[in-house]
Amino acid sequence: MESGSKDYMRLEIPSLSRNESFARAVIAAFAARLDPTLEEISDIKTAVSEAVTNAVIHAYENEIGPIIFYACIENSDLIVEITDQGQGIPDLEKVKQPFYTSKPEMERSGMGFTIMESFMDELTVITGQEEGTTVRMVKKISAKSSKGDAINGGQNGVSD
Amino acid sequence: MQIKVKQVKNNLIIELSGELDHHHAAEFREKFDAEWNSKAVRNLILNFAGITFMDSSGVGVIIGRYKQVDREGGKVAISNPTPGVKKLIEISGLTRIVSVFSTEEEALQSLE
Repeated sequence: MESGSKDYMRLEIPSLSRNESFARAVIAAFAARLDPTLEEISDIKTAVSEAVTNAVIHAYENEIGPIIFYACIENSDLIVEITDQGQGIPDLEKVKQPFYTSKPEMERSGMGFTIMESFMDELTVITGQEEGTTVRMVKKISAKSSKGDAINGGQNGVSD
Repeated sequence: MQIKVKQVKNNLIIELSGELDHHHAAEFREKFDAEWNSKAVRNLILNFAGITFMDSSGVGVIIGRYKQVDREGGKVAISNPTPGVKKLIEISGLTRIVSVFSTEEEALQSLE
């Protein structure tokens, strides 16, 4: 699924919850070269966090497995792919509905996919039982001239 | 994550700093439980001035606290959210159950 972009990164980390913040910081740092606004960086971090958290909680449940991150830049698009080798999503359409969660006892809000869809420009999910899941997201970074805010444009907001 | 707690009349005010994600949600939940059960309070104000990041795990833990406070007849308010957190609160539909204010004082006034 990975494209042939020459400007890319690849990373593999175990599905530990403390890696959620690490993963979103890495993708945000990679995206910074597109000079995104603070809002765009915040959107990317939130969407990445949702995908990683799903892998930690749902794909591997109580086990630890690998999560593979691939990100690349094509023109002014950031493409992020987050892949696990976990149990897959049995009923994707149901899972994508707002407020649906398979783990209400864990106080999951059921908003993960809704947030990924809202905060990114494209979302594709490829999943199969016992085959793992790949979440592919595209964020179109606005052209600098249309940002209209030199301060925001200059500080690309990778604060952590 | 840093958690500071204070009480103003019958309002429990929790000031959070750092990142409210899945990794930190349990810490916040445990602190809330301890404070809520040991103080004579009715309403909850979450001051998010220091929250630099939140995702749907944060939304989940807020909904959980709302259910408990609501069951006991109280209200939940959020104050001082940063723009990113505010956007998430709006998109996730939290504003249907929790009021959002730009300052802690406004949140307190609304609960009087």
